[in-house]
Amino acid sequence: MRRRTAAVGIAVLGLGALTACGGGGSTGGPIDSRGPIDIWYSNNEQELAWGQQLVEAWNAEHPDEQITAQEIPAGRSSEEVLGAAIAAGTAPCLVFNTAPAAVGQFAKQGGLLDLAQFEGGAAYIEERSGDLAAQYATADGQYFQLPWKSNPVQIFYNRELFAEAGIDPDDPPLATYDEFLETARTIVDSGAAPYAIWPAPTSEFFQIQFDFLPLYAAETGGTPLLDGEDSTFASEEGLAVAEFWHTLYEDGLAGNEKYTGDAFADGQAAMSIVGPWAIAVYEDVDWGVAPVPTSHGMSADEIWTFSDAKNVGLYRACDHPATAWEVLKFATSVEQDGKLLELTGQMPLRRDLAETYADYFAANPDYVAFGEQAARVVEVPTSPNTVAMLQALRDAWSGSVIFGGPDADLRQALEDAAAKFDDLARQP
Amino acid sequence: MTATATTPAAVTPRRPRRKPLGANPLGILFSAPYLVFVIAIFAFPLAFSVYMAFHDYFFTAPGFEADRPFVGFDNFRNVLTDPLVWRSFGNVGIFLLINVPLTVVLSLVLATALNRIVHARAFYRVAFYVPYVTASVAVVAVWLFLFNGDGLVNTLLGPLAPDPSWLVNSGLAMPTIALFVTWKGLGFYILLYLAALQAVPKELYESAQMDGAGKVRSFFSVTVPSVRPATLLVVLLSTITGANLFTEPYLLTSGGGPDGASVSPALLIYQRGIQQGTPDTAAAIGVLLVILVLVVAWLQRRFVGGEGR
Repeated sequence: MRRRTAAVGIAVLGLGALTACGGGGSTGGPIDSRGPIDIWYSNNEQELAWGQQLVEAWNAEHPDEQITAQEIPAGRSSEEVLGAAIAAGTAPCLVFNTAPAAVGQFAKQGGLLDLAQFEGGAAYIEERSGDLAAQYATADGQYFQLPWKSNPVQIFYNRELFAEAGIDPDDPPLATYDEFLETARTIVDSGAAPYAIWPAPTSEFFQIQFDFLPLYAAETGGTPLLDGEDSTFASEEGLAVAEFWHTLYEDGLAGNEKYTGDAFADGQAAMSIVGPWAIAVYEDVDWGVAPVPTSHGMSADEIWTFSDAKNVGLYRACDHPATAWEVLKFATSVEQDGKLLELTGQMPLRRDLAETYADYFAANPDYVAFGEQAARVVEVPTSPNTVAMLQALRDAWSGSVIFGGPDADLRQALEDAAAKFDDLARQP
Repeated sequence: MTATATTPAAVTPRRPRRKPLGANPLGILFSAPYLVFVIAIFAFPLAFSVYMAFHDYFFTAPGFEADRPFVGFDNFRNVLTDPLVWRSFGNVGIFLLINVPLTVVLSLVLATALNRIVHARAFYRVAFYVPYVTASVAVVAVWLFLFNGDGLVNTLLGPLAPDPSWLVNSGLAMPTIALFVTWKGLGFYILLYLAALQAVPKELYESAQMDGAGKVRSFFSVTVPSVRPATLLVVLLSTITGANLFTEPYLLTSGGGPDGASVSPALLIYQRGIQQGTPDTAAAIGVLLVILVLVVAWLQRRFVGGEGR
């Protein structure tokens, strides 16, 4: 009996020790604190180059507030790494790759600082990004993210494959759903490519941003998925988008299997639905670009799409938030935004982009369409439950549009997803 | 004859003085690392997940005050009214029904065969073990090429190939995963059986032969009963690892597709707990999974065999 008591005692002591260990990590410094900071940025070649020049430029001028930079540690996704870092108190001051879908959740965890609490914080963001900034604010005007850069999603097409299929690559008929479907059939029937388009048909929550969301944004003229606490997509416009994709899958024009690689870069699909970050990946493809289609067609300057934005978060674990805020403003200055555009081809979320960087767009005509599109982008909701909402929509989409077969009840699927969406939107 | 009376106190041997740390205090020192390991890696997380399952719990930054009230069975109610959760348990049931029997039969048959071959024994043993030690990510890529619509398997099957193809077919996705996991883990279970087969006395086979038993009869009458403890171990281990199925639906069918046909409880735990920031509901699924696995393991121990059987 006594030995058992001793064993239980040791176990309790062990648990106590472990529990005591649980409270580690930094709780961050006061908001006006200045000093050295650390930042994380993305690990792709182009953004690394931008990040490194940013650090060099800042450090040269600020010997007492040096930046230590590193790539975001490897993990299944940046969001999971950041979520773990928040809980452990090891997040850096700034992360130049914070996905908007995760921001609400990070804020609920207490991982992010509200940028509006810095002097002139909200005004700076709104001045830089214009009307687009509102999509990144919470309902009560807090900014837990600085809108940094977007990758407006458009339709890339392979000019060679289009020509092979007998479609004019300089003016491909892709504006309306009917035109798009006809073009897709021509491509597949001609044997130019096994599929016309091949977005990832997989079940991850974020994939809904690259099939439904761009076309829904276009069809509705920029309506977000959530209006207050009510979803918007169980509508005639949402149904039209679902029917369009359903036809692509049912007619074998879009692949419904996971492709291990890039189907567009490998010539397995003649079109791709993606933002300008992919241009570097498609360097061996003779590509053209067109806006996402709408049911009846619209002029390009009226079309909205999904932003595929990545933003900057200022994390609570930061010991010197005042310096971090200054670095954030420096990193999103006209000069640094210009360098970002130049080095990465991604669009700073800055109003009057085309005018501000007119020289760049004149020298790089491939990017003009993306620069113009960047003014009309829709973002995902800022709710703490955004990921769960997108997963609910994705599950409904997978079950009906992609794998539902010819008799799939698309309207019911959207309504079911909308009910879950609304329920999640009302949860804290 | 004179009886000599003695007082009980005089005959009762003196009780040895109890040592506060037991008869062998050094034993505690030796067992302490394992005890700490069990507490840190198993007991504490398990107890903490039960705590999370009964609270409105979410992870927070250090120093951030958050209200995490006790919510009773709310998380369990949410989980048990979610069709996807039921589906995930159903999926893993299908998986276990295919994977466990297949693992037992194939590993026992192959181990028996490997135990008898004389030439290139090491080569064959290594060959079966290689998939087990190879990273799932690498092997999954190979299986994707094999089982894709235009993969090798469908090419060989020609007109008999299923449509939709294996991994995007609601009826075939989970069986394909079960097949994959069986193939990948086979090497480990073969080793367990090989070890058990070494302990089967040769005399038993000789006796069976004397009684006129052929190879098949010897297999069923000598080998199978003799390796029963190993069979129980294989059944338990494959059930426990199978119930925790995650990597394959995550990678092979990309998040439990198609349309949730291969979603597993562990994958849902990951989605809810890590991706969606609701570790409380994830913990509730985890607690249910632990209970279910314990019940299944108890049933297996009861019916497949155990100590003293």
